[in-house]
Amino acid sequence: MEFTSFVFYFFAAVLIFSGLRVVTARNPVHAALFLVLAFFSAGGIWLLLSAEFLAITLVMVYIGAVMVLFLFVVMMLDIDFARLREGFWQYLPVGAFVGVLLLIEMGLVLSRGFGGKEMPPTTAMVTEQAGAIPCKSNICELGSVLYTDYVYPFELAALVLLVAMIAAVSLTLRRRRTSKYISPEEQIAARPADRMELVKMASEKEAPASAAQDGAGADKEAGQ
Amino acid sequence: MDALLQPFESFFGPFWPVVWSLVKIIALLVPLLLCVAYMTYFERKVIGAMQLRVGPNRTGPFGLLQPIADALKLLFKEVIIPSGASKGLYILGPILAIAPSLAAWAVIPVNALASPDGGRPIPMAVSDINAGLLYLLAICSIEVYGIIIAGWATNSKYAFLGAMRASAQMVSYEVSIGFALICVLLISGSLNLTDIVISQQPGEHAIFGLNFLSWNWLPLLPMFVVYFISGVAETNRAPFDVVEGESEIVAGHMVEYSGMAFALFFLAEYANMILISAMASLLFLGGWLSPVSFLPDGFYWMALKTAFFLFMYLWIRATFPRFRYDQIMRLGWKVFVPITIAWVIVVAVWMMPPFSGLLTGQGG
Repeated sequence: MEFTSFVFYFFAAVLIFSGLRVVTARNPVHAALFLVLAFFSAGGIWLLLSAEFLAITLVMVYIGAVMVLFLFVVMMLDIDFARLREGFWQYLPVGAFVGVLLLIEMGLVLSRGFGGKEMPPTTAMVTEQAGAIPCKSNICELGSVLYTDYVYPFELAALVLLVAMIAAVSLTLRRRRTSKYISPEEQIAARPADRMELVKMASEKEAPASAAQDGAGADKEAGQ
Repeated sequence: MDALLQPFESFFGPFWPVVWSLVKIIALLVPLLLCVAYMTYFERKVIGAMQLRVGPNRTGPFGLLQPIADALKLLFKEVIIPSGASKGLYILGPILAIAPSLAAWAVIPVNALASPDGGRPIPMAVSDINAGLLYLLAICSIEVYGIIIAGWATNSKYAFLGAMRASAQMVSYEVSIGFALICVLLISGSLNLTDIVISQQPGEHAIFGLNFLSWNWLPLLPMFVVYFISGVAETNRAPFDVVEGESEIVAGHMVEYSGMAFALFFLAEYANMILISAMASLLFLGGWLSPVSFLPDGFYWMALKTAFFLFMYLWIRATFPRFRYDQIMRLGWKVFVPITIAWVIVVAVWMMPPFSGLLTGQGG
């Protein structure tokens, strides 16, 4: 067995195990962490296919951002585990149906991509063969395809993401009256003269004997 | 070099790549861990000097054995696992904190040797991969898991609050670090760290021998500043150390950790500091390149630049009071992210034909 196939089987085994644990783990935090492991193993397998850009992006986006927020939510929720498992048998047929449907669809895609006819060469491949863009890395190839053949779908996807981002912000943005927020601009703009007034007072002369006793009494009070 | 390695290669046979990688990893990690240990000494001495104190001076000459003594003390302490803790994850937390901060060093080149055939210099790195910068970003984004898992597994509200703060802060500042790095790679036209360093070599000023003026820090000065401030926030160091916030939440995610488990968090923090400093010197200050043309390039420049950034860390820590949490978030999202996005656009336009001729020094 070659070393790479050993690595593949290792990642694949970890991936399948962690994928199973995602659905079987009782604690949702453990399930989310197994999902992280599953993503990581999938990234490893993609690296074996020398798709390093996709693999690293998977780790960066899904593990580094999405799953962190996911963990946030799962950790902060007070989840009743017994109630979560309640309708298992009731939802099983629907779940099984969706699962089988997905399996068939993915099978169709894969059989067409791998067993069927060859994919037509992209512009980037053609220009590369002509010696125009000497691409050594996966990133360079991906970039030249994205910005030539797929530039409109790519820009469209970016626009959809931007709209989604703005929508998410505007949906959750609300001004809370109870918030004790202080604008930093106001804080920085404040000058001592706005907040404080210095009053010049003439010093008072102390009266000789009895006043000194009063003064001591006042000190005592202040001390207390 | 190759002739020297030949007998070993034939001795190990098919296992040679694995053995050779292990040798390289050990050759990198042992000095790194020593640096981490002596970083704590350096920090105490520097901050001591800034506050007119002596710092550690009892253990060994000038207190030089202090880090060793500290490590031994922590090693022999008991690792206490709180009764309410989630045991497996509680132990996994510190491991996940230290592992990425060491794994990131796999792609950091510390020096490059001149190639015998006069081609691209051979970098001295464990692995010279093309997606080096992306790899670093990915590893940086994994670093948050150690903290978040530790905070949750401890089953204490202070630890959990610390973990929440840490993850929010680290995820936010990764965005501005990412954009700053995009500016660097736009200028260098490569994701390979060695190529990024080499691309800083030529320039208008380099002709006059003032190589340091052609490095990325000058044309990308705003990004350089944003990168370093974000780097301080990313490593949760003062003035952004609300994660530990000992006056509010005692010590954040590591409040219940003791002995070596605690030490691992500590080591991870310092290893991350060194990593951010090394990245800053590679990406903005020309790595191992010499600042002036009459001095030779070499590893010592890299070490000197990294040490300079590490000193900056301590200097900042001794100078500024801690930020308030909402202001940290404001700085990250409302100041740095817009600035960096604007600069990505500026740099991208600048690199295109009608403008790229205006400043011939960079990239081309």
